[in-house]
Amino acid sequence: MSKDTFKVGTYTFNSRLIVGSGKYKDFETTRLATEAAEAEMITVAIRRVNITDPGKENLLEYIDPKKYVILPNTAGCFNAEDAVRTLRLAREAGGWDLVKLEVLGDTHTLYPNVVETIKAAATLVAEGFQVMVYTNDDPIVATRLEEIGCVAVMPLGNPIGSGRGLANPFNIRVIKERAEVPIVVDAGIGTASDAAKAMELGADAVLINTAIAEAKDECMMAGAMRDAVRAGRAAYLAGRMPKRAFASASSPTEGYIWD
Amino acid sequence: MHIYLNGEQRETDAASIDDLIAELGIQGRMIAVERNLEVVPKSTYADTQLAEDDRIEIVHMIGGG
Repeated sequence: MSKDTFKVGTYTFNSRLIVGSGKYKDFETTRLATEAAEAEMITVAIRRVNITDPGKENLLEYIDPKKYVILPNTAGCFNAEDAVRTLRLAREAGGWDLVKLEVLGDTHTLYPNVVETIKAAATLVAEGFQVMVYTNDDPIVATRLEEIGCVAVMPLGNPIGSGRGLANPFNIRVIKERAEVPIVVDAGIGTASDAAKAMELGADAVLINTAIAEAKDECMMAGAMRDAVRAGRAAYLAGRMPKRAFASASSPTEGYIWD
Repeated sequence: MHIYLNGEQRETDAASIDDLIAELGIQGRMIAVERNLEVVPKSTYADTQLAEDDRIEIVHMIGGG
């Protein structure tokens, strides 16, 4: 059997666990948890340099861009224009063309603003970016984003940082069944079984940040997520048994000693 | 000269983007610069002159999900 790699645009990964770098207590923990996750791709945010204290430590001193594929995001952007500006700057900063587009609707739900997301995706694809796009778990929108030319569609499992698992597993499956590009479940995963479930539904990868960064033991949770993603992927490939309404005996129903 | 740097007013002696980066002490860092909403390619930092009331953004990468 050929190796089960995860291909996104022109990139190929062995790991199907993408991690975030936000919310950690310090950069060293970010580094250790990312290693424990055996992730190969990690998201980063783009923000203004602190002019008054420019000498402060830098995330990329801990997360080596030579070792990891850096996935710049547009977190905090609420319209297409800001998202496009942000990623143009990211590409200039690190030369990265693989990007995570997310355009949010409001600060309360952090749900995607789909209209602005579609607008930004079209511009970015036209400018040569390989766009991995965060979106709602809406199959119609997922198809539209694929048609625009996004290299991966990333439906949410639940709101960002909520850790509530998969709100609508059926939609994740429908999105996957219709898609030609990889589907990444992004946001909502709270613990290992959520990650395994997403992979069992057929997701090509999952993106996890808060569930690892806010665990009591970040590295142990990173390892649990790594194993859950592998287990869920294997179960998906293996093909699960059908669900039945009633019991089906596991032992032969003939040759009893009393017959 | 008066510019807006990362949204704040600033008086600078820098003539170019290169000078401004040196003035801030952030040479060699992985950053990107925007001048009046246009990305400034690294290769042109020395040649890109600052003008009065320019709006400059200098960004870098931080933790995010």
